[in-house]
Amino acid sequence: MATEYTPKYTGIIGWVERRFPTPFIEFQKHASGYYAPKNFNFWYYFGSLALLVLVIQIVSGIFLTMNYKPDAALAFGSVEYIMRDVPGGWIIRYIHSTGASAFFIVVYLHMFRALLYGSHREPRELVWIFGVLIYLTLMGEAFFGYLLPWGQMSYWGAQVIVNLFSTIPVIGPDLSLWIRGDYVVGDATLNRFFAFHVIALPLVLIGLVVVHLLALHDVGSNNPEGVDIKKHKGPDGNPLDGIPFHPYYTVKDAVGAVVFLALFAIVLFFVPEMGGYFLEYNNFVPADPLKTPLHIAPVWYFTPFYSMLRAVPPLFNSQFPGVMVMGLATMILLLLPWLDRGRALSIRYRGPYYKWALTLFVVAFLILGYLGTETTNVWGQFGDWLGKADVATVVARVCTLVYFLFFILMPWYTARDRTLPVPSRIAD
Amino acid sequence: MKKLLTGLALACAAFTAQTFASEGGYRLDRAPIDQNDVVSRQAGARTFVNYCLNCHSAQYMRYNRLQDIGLTEQQIRDNLILTGDKVGDTMRVAMSAKDAKSWFGVPPPDLSVVARSRGVDWLYTYLRTFYRDPATASGWNNAVFPNVGMPHALWTLQGERSLQRKEGEGEHAAVEYKWVQMTPGTQSTIEYDRTVRDLVNFLAFVGEPAAQSRKQIGIWVLLVLGMLFVLVYLVKREFWKDVH
Repeated sequence: MATEYTPKYTGIIGWVERRFPTPFIEFQKHASGYYAPKNFNFWYYFGSLALLVLVIQIVSGIFLTMNYKPDAALAFGSVEYIMRDVPGGWIIRYIHSTGASAFFIVVYLHMFRALLYGSHREPRELVWIFGVLIYLTLMGEAFFGYLLPWGQMSYWGAQVIVNLFSTIPVIGPDLSLWIRGDYVVGDATLNRFFAFHVIALPLVLIGLVVVHLLALHDVGSNNPEGVDIKKHKGPDGNPLDGIPFHPYYTVKDAVGAVVFLALFAIVLFFVPEMGGYFLEYNNFVPADPLKTPLHIAPVWYFTPFYSMLRAVPPLFNSQFPGVMVMGLATMILLLLPWLDRGRALSIRYRGPYYKWALTLFVVAFLILGYLGTETTNVWGQFGDWLGKADVATVVARVCTLVYFLFFILMPWYTARDRTLPVPSRIAD
Repeated sequence: MKKLLTGLALACAAFTAQTFASEGGYRLDRAPIDQNDVVSRQAGARTFVNYCLNCHSAQYMRYNRLQDIGLTEQQIRDNLILTGDKVGDTMRVAMSAKDAKSWFGVPPPDLSVVARSRGVDWLYTYLRTFYRDPATASGWNNAVFPNVGMPHALWTLQGERSLQRKEGEGEHAAVEYKWVQMTPGTQSTIEYDRTVRDLVNFLAFVGEPAAQSRKQIGIWVLLVLGMLFVLVYLVKREFWKDVH
């Protein structure tokens, strides 16, 4: 490739180009010469937005690190110092806290897009798998970061999550001790979580984003019609239904980015706590190892899985089954490309089975998410006929079942679905 | 789209349903505070340094930050710094945590961000619902925070009151509360409510001193983004003219 390259520029840029053509070659490969389908819709903004949020988090994170103290005695105060005494500190802090939630919103919508248009299907299985790994890493990143403000929810949230590992038979207790570095969450835990949050996981995250994009660009982007644009190429060898990513999608994504930033700014400047969902009220109380809060709720983006954990009844007095279910709920995503046997990729041409399954799945996931933010008695109790069980727990169990059945039954219902004929090209 | 709409609906619900529970089951009154009312905040500051700051610190709040509520450094020094502190110091207390624990059973919490953790409605209700209760160590109890360690610090203003709880009949009947004024305070009920409102207004300021400028900056940011949107959108439309 490099041997065929002929420099295009003159002057200083040309001077650099002749000596260091790589950026020019790569830009052509991944932007100006990367052909993307011309029919990207609303759902296709969230990939570039996720990248934007990643940059926002890294930059705001660097500035936070300059003033934050990863020390159990100083952490809470240093966050308040950032909020009060560091010039512009509150903006940086709110950017980072809003960004954390925004990251998950964007990533959830991005993943939903894949389910809508079959972006996880052949030949994009690896793109999907790298994406799921990004999602899992992001959960780790968010979890480690949440301990750092050292408020009550930070502390007890971390305590609960680390204790999940202690439910693993035989090695559990030693494992959780090893993770904490102490018998309770303490200074040692805070220090190592800080290390993971500011360097280890961000590196993994960036690496995964790079392979996610490289894998995507090798096979090409899917589109809302779910047709393969590479099947119809023009005389120049480029797909007839494709347009160069740059400038077409760079300018289009820029519009999406500005709209996103406006929504981001509305949260940041007017409702930074988002009613206690982005910044929990109880986290404004400094961590107190001797005082367990009455109601420990994780931040909203973990609540669907937290609901599953609570919904699964303990076995032999061990919460391990719940932990297993929670783990499986994320791991099962990796199998998705092989579970889906539908003949069409896009929901536009798929039959009623998949449409219903996906709708139920989304509804179940949202209900689980909501219930995870509340106590289990939020919807009261059933009568004696159901042993006075908590309504919310029963609903959470049903929703957990729906979540798993969506995947487990997928080979069956997608293969039997009535699929419409898929056009060979994208209509104008 | 469906998921997005439900997500938005959920977010809106979350935003409006900003409720704080009271452990006592007592219904919280809405705090009638106004962040632009600097006179109220200044009055609250005076109440705070006179009645609260003896036991409760606001250790992340600097005295000179009170310039944000319209006071000069000289005014702060003359009226609000009752200890030997400098104007650039934070609001600390001399009482040691150990003494406090032996006197009250629990060290008085720092109040820097109490308005953010408890919420202003909780504070506004809590400070107005103390009552005489011979059963507790301090002789005081609270409807919102049962068996609270703190005695009624503002009792000279509100006077002494007693509370009778009457359990309603039926499964979902509300508890009835009957307040009786035992001895009058130096302020009438309306004056006392206003004093508490000012204090809570001040605590809301202490909780997040940047809150006021935050909203003003936010409007400018949105205006700039709005203009940027028009610009970027026109560029996009120009480029996309030839796609079809």
